[in-house]
Amino acid sequence: MDVGQDQSPGTVIFRTEKLRKVYRTGEVEVEALRGIDFSAHAGQFIVILGPSGSGKSTFLNILGGLDIATSGSVWFADEDLTRANEGALTRYRRDHVGFVFQFYNLVPSLTARENVKLVTEIVRKPMRPEEALALVGLTDRMDHFPAELSGGEQQRVAIARAIAKRPQVLLCDEPTGALDSATGAHVLEALTQVNREVGATTLVITHNIAISDIAHRVVNFGNGRITSEHINKSRKAPAEVSW
Amino acid sequence: MRALHLKLLRDLVRLWAQALAIALVIAAGVATLIVGVGTYDSLSRTRAQYYEANAFADVFANVTRAPEALAAKIAAIDGVAAVEPRITKFALLDIDGMAQPASAMLVSLPDIGAQLLNKVYLRMGRLPTPGSDSEVVVSEAFATAHHFMPGSAFRVLMNGKQRTVRVTGVALSPEFIYALGPGDLMPNPERFGIIWMSKSAMAAAYDLGGAFSNVAVRLVRGASETDVVSRIDAILAPYGGQGAYGRKDQLSHAFLDGELLQLGAISEILPPIFLLVAAFLVNMTLSRLIALEREQIGLLKALGYSSLAIALHYIEFACLIALMGVAIGIGLGLYFGAEITQLYARSYSFPFLVFSRNPAVYAIAGTVTFAAALLGAIRAALKAAALPPAIAMLPPSPPQYGRGLGGLLGFSARLNQSVVMTSRHLLHWPWRTLGGVLGVAMAVAVLTGSLWTFGATEYMMDYTFGQSNRQDASIAFTGPKRIAALYAAEHLPGVLRAEPFRMVSVVVRRGSVERRTSITGRLPAADLTHVVDARNKLVDMPPSGLVISSALAKILKVQAGDNVTVTLLEGDRRSFEVRVASIIESYIGLSAYMDIDALNRVLGEGAMISGVNVAIDDTAQGQLFSALKETPSAAFIILTKVSLKRFRETLAQNVNVMVTIYVLFAGIIAFGVIYNFARISLSEQGRELASLRVLGFTPAEVSALLLGEIGVVVLAAQPIGWLVGFGLAVAAANAFSTEIYRVPLVVEPSVYAWSSLVSIGAAVLSGLIVRRRVRRLDMVAVLKTRE
Repeated sequence: MDVGQDQSPGTVIFRTEKLRKVYRTGEVEVEALRGIDFSAHAGQFIVILGPSGSGKSTFLNILGGLDIATSGSVWFADEDLTRANEGALTRYRRDHVGFVFQFYNLVPSLTARENVKLVTEIVRKPMRPEEALALVGLTDRMDHFPAELSGGEQQRVAIARAIAKRPQVLLCDEPTGALDSATGAHVLEALTQVNREVGATTLVITHNIAISDIAHRVVNFGNGRITSEHINKSRKAPAEVSW
Repeated sequence: MRALHLKLLRDLVRLWAQALAIALVIAAGVATLIVGVGTYDSLSRTRAQYYEANAFADVFANVTRAPEALAAKIAAIDGVAAVEPRITKFALLDIDGMAQPASAMLVSLPDIGAQLLNKVYLRMGRLPTPGSDSEVVVSEAFATAHHFMPGSAFRVLMNGKQRTVRVTGVALSPEFIYALGPGDLMPNPERFGIIWMSKSAMAAAYDLGGAFSNVAVRLVRGASETDVVSRIDAILAPYGGQGAYGRKDQLSHAFLDGELLQLGAISEILPPIFLLVAAFLVNMTLSRLIALEREQIGLLKALGYSSLAIALHYIEFACLIALMGVAIGIGLGLYFGAEITQLYARSYSFPFLVFSRNPAVYAIAGTVTFAAALLGAIRAALKAAALPPAIAMLPPSPPQYGRGLGGLLGFSARLNQSVVMTSRHLLHWPWRTLGGVLGVAMAVAVLTGSLWTFGATEYMMDYTFGQSNRQDASIAFTGPKRIAALYAAEHLPGVLRAEPFRMVSVVVRRGSVERRTSITGRLPAADLTHVVDARNKLVDMPPSGLVISSALAKILKVQAGDNVTVTLLEGDRRSFEVRVASIIESYIGLSAYMDIDALNRVLGEGAMISGVNVAIDDTAQGQLFSALKETPSAAFIILTKVSLKRFRETLAQNVNVMVTIYVLFAGIIAFGVIYNFARISLSEQGRELASLRVLGFTPAEVSALLLGEIGVVVLAAQPIGWLVGFGLAVAAANAFSTEIYRVPLVVEPSVYAWSSLVSIGAAVLSGLIVRRRVRRLDMVAVLKTRE
């Protein structure tokens, strides 16, 4: 899977058709996604809103190559992810996707800089770890271990780690879910800045409606379907958002 | 069933592989103890009962020719309970279909009344008719080797005359449990047997009418053996008495005792170590395993369970695993114990077997195991239960990696982050790392401590047969012969070279310590036999003075240059002082050598020889054997190479089987430890590793991280394991040493290599299993859980 680094805005980077995901636990079948038709353009900042159980995380996991759809198809640029095997999905995650999780998922035995290096060591043409950390405003905290950083700082390290590979897409699952409003704003600031400067298509999952104001585009999930979506005529700056 | 019990069972099912691995480690420890101690105990008891039931004598004496009346004199000695005067002789046999000459010890049976001492135990057939010179009873192993049944016939060369005898019965005797031919190191029933025959018939053949040539004596309880021995010596001396001796110097008893001592030594050293190692590992593993249950412990507390109830729950968990291990261990122990005991019993020709089921062994095994399991469980469970439930329910907070570690790894900037992660991880929990290293080291140590005996025995055999006794065969004469017998031997068909030796039974004494042995007189320039010191250097025969083995020197506490007193047990029974000229190495028996001329000068009988060592042309072996069968003066022939082969076989059968079982159990321990270490590491780091998978690390890269850690632990453990293993070998070698047989402390590099190979193999296998689990790490779940 090889996708050019510089895609002009407007290129479709993600496309799904009739995407379904059914979880089977014993006799019980849970339909998490009931036929999602979706597309995202390169460089877009998209917020996916929805209550718990609406299917938004499942959707993000499939886009990120962490989970496999039951039926339908997912295209990343012109590659069909539903046909990719385990190895191809690993390469896809490694080369193109940056993840940011609710609980940071940093390696506790590595410093901030080393956590970023962990990723830059395995990809082609990465940023320097210092550059990535500077982008999220952590130049002076680079040599601290996770346990020495605040929650917001840890999340920014996670963002730096995600963008250091210059990903085409940045997938964030409740990135501010564990943070208070002020700290969360810093993290969102970092995300918008990265989106602007690196150009990575950014998908942010949240159930926090306030955050949707900073997106180019907002998609609402409910009961495994896209219930509505809209384009923000004017985006708010992260500093203006609070919850 | 209560919910907590259901949880217990489900947990066991969920963790079945790890629980089984721990149980197997326990089982290996328990089984070793049961096999080792049980086999030793069973054989000791069997021997004791056998001796008692068949009235094995306490004192024995050989004499040239003693009148029957002396038996009554011996019976009158204070402390003597029973006396059996007998005739015993070595004789060459001629058996159809067997090219090599076989030999036998002829033992007389009383013509009137039953045997009082050393009673034969008839396995089939009947005793010979009193007075019959053609009926014999043969020892069972010998009969089996030749497929003899009552009715079979063969020829015996008795006092220069060949006669045909018929087998009437097959028997065992406590006197010949170890039926060792002269010069043989191990029983070789094909080439040597015991033949019982009517006393009057033997007396007629050997011209011993109204006389005896051997006497067996049983003592009353508490009688002084030393006193009785010296009284018997005094009575027999004028008749060519060769010195009475106790059971300690009775060949069969001494060899059996040596082997049992060795077996006892192995069971005293290795199994307790196995058990302790198993206990240590179980303790370590269980406490780590339960530490992983922290969240569940918090939940149980939140639900209102008391710390005690929770601790009990995990104690039950540990107990179930321990119970499983002990049960498997007892099963394995009983099975292997019975197999091995029977193997030994067969090689010793015991008529029956007393299985020891010593409850103390089971109690010790059970107590140690449960204590170790419980301590491990309680420690971890209480630690977790002590936390407030809200905190316990969360995974442990991210550990604080200190500046110090950062500084220590100051060069980390240039290192691969995987290496940094692995090393920080290992250094951050030094005790756990150390525990893992020690555990694997112990596994390596028990392997080294049991594997070394194979090479050491091989070394001993090479030393004994390759360097010292290089002759193809030794021909012993019925008594001392003039030197002309050497020239006769040189002209036997197939003999390429012959070298004479003189052998005389003696007591060597220094101060209050004395030992019965024999002095071998050899040519200074002898090439078929060499005398070699501990550094493998040839030792020259001094023109006068004694050369003794280090084992004898140690017992007598003498060094080169010291004088010892030698008392001849033949001829004029003179005592003389002689200087110890040098000390040599020898692993079998207590040997002493002199220049043959010097020995003959001391004996004062002129140039006499007891036999010849020969090099044989293999192609002419058959002719040599048939010539020997017709040589009246040849008492027996020792085929050195056959001895060696037999020695190897018997060793393979006895000691090696035992050691093989130890090696097997050591292997199980190694695997159990390493597998658990790997699995628990995976559980502890599962979240971190799954996050890396999400970030795009391949399963191989993630596995490498985990396996790297295991690898470091396993590699660091090797040298420690070698060192401890060498210590075990030292302890075992010391315990193995008996006066009859010593195992040299030779731990070959291959022993270390094999120990490492087995432990590393176990690590690789565990790694492969763990790698499969890394592939199945749940990446999605990881995103949803908190640190």
